[in-house]
Amino acid sequence: MRWFWIDRFEKFVVGTEAVTIKNVTLAEEPLDDYLPGYPHYPHALIIEGMAQTGGLLLSQMEDFQQKIVLAKISKAHFGAIAQPGDQLRLKVKLLSRQLDGAIVSGEVELNGVPNAELELTFAILDDKFGQEPFFIPSDLCRILRSLKLFDVGVTPDGQPIQVPQHMLDAEVEALTTTPT
Amino acid sequence: MTASEEVFGKVQEALVEALGVENDEVTREATMVGDLGAESIDFLDIVFKLEKAFGISIPREELFPDDILTNAEYVQDGKVTEGGIKVLKERLPWANLEKFEQNPRVQDFGNLLTVNDLCSYVQSKL
Repeated sequence: MRWFWIDRFEKFVVGTEAVTIKNVTLAEEPLDDYLPGYPHYPHALIIEGMAQTGGLLLSQMEDFQQKIVLAKISKAHFGAIAQPGDQLRLKVKLLSRQLDGAIVSGEVELNGVPNAELELTFAILDDKFGQEPFFIPSDLCRILRSLKLFDVGVTPDGQPIQVPQHMLDAEVEALTTTPT
Repeated sequence: MTASEEVFGKVQEALVEALGVENDEVTREATMVGDLGAESIDFLDIVFKLEKAFGISIPREELFPDDILTNAEYVQDGKVTEGGIKVLKERLPWANLEKFEQNPRVQDFGNLLTVNDLCSYVQSKL
């Protein structure tokens, strides 16, 4: 099952900020099912998109090798409802990062107009939660490529970011290993 | 308004925002965990809001002495030893440990911190 609530990265500055785009379409099941007859994009999915944007901003700081989960929605104020055909722009800024968690602020634009303000707290999980990664590295790499993260990602001084070596290795292994 | 009242006001505001509690619930005597329902992840938020409100830096170990409470030198049979209490007092001079000293179970430490302790800590950083 796909659980992508962002379509593409538009901006990604390591450890600082990220901007993603989400195009709302009636082809998505939740729109029609959430409130039949009044298709709109649920706020919960905007929050999830913001969490994905912020989570990847944090995760990249450790080469996507930490387990990071949304732990708390400290603030979420929404304006107008997003409907099929609308475009959301999700802007995340890193406010604070500690060993065990981080806080980001979020702003949402709906068709270019300010629409929502959020503040999210993430937990960075330690080994108590197991050694296994949340995602198979080659799968995560494919997702990040699809989201154009490596196309737009730069360091604070403007240098392009690279795909981490462990992901490239995992990709090669996935492509050269015959499924059993 | 005295400096102490001003500190309390800002701490209160941070806790109301971070924990979603009402102003009148945040009394000086209220415990962070037991009375205000703070969970571990909330402390990240609280620390961030206090740092912003007062323009101070709050190193984690100054508020949460996990290293002492998990050190076999200072803990025996789930209780903090006399030596451990001494180290805790040095580390947390702003905290009132009188009640904890009577039965210093490590598991109870998390519920020790009161709003007043937090105010005293912030005051000590200004």
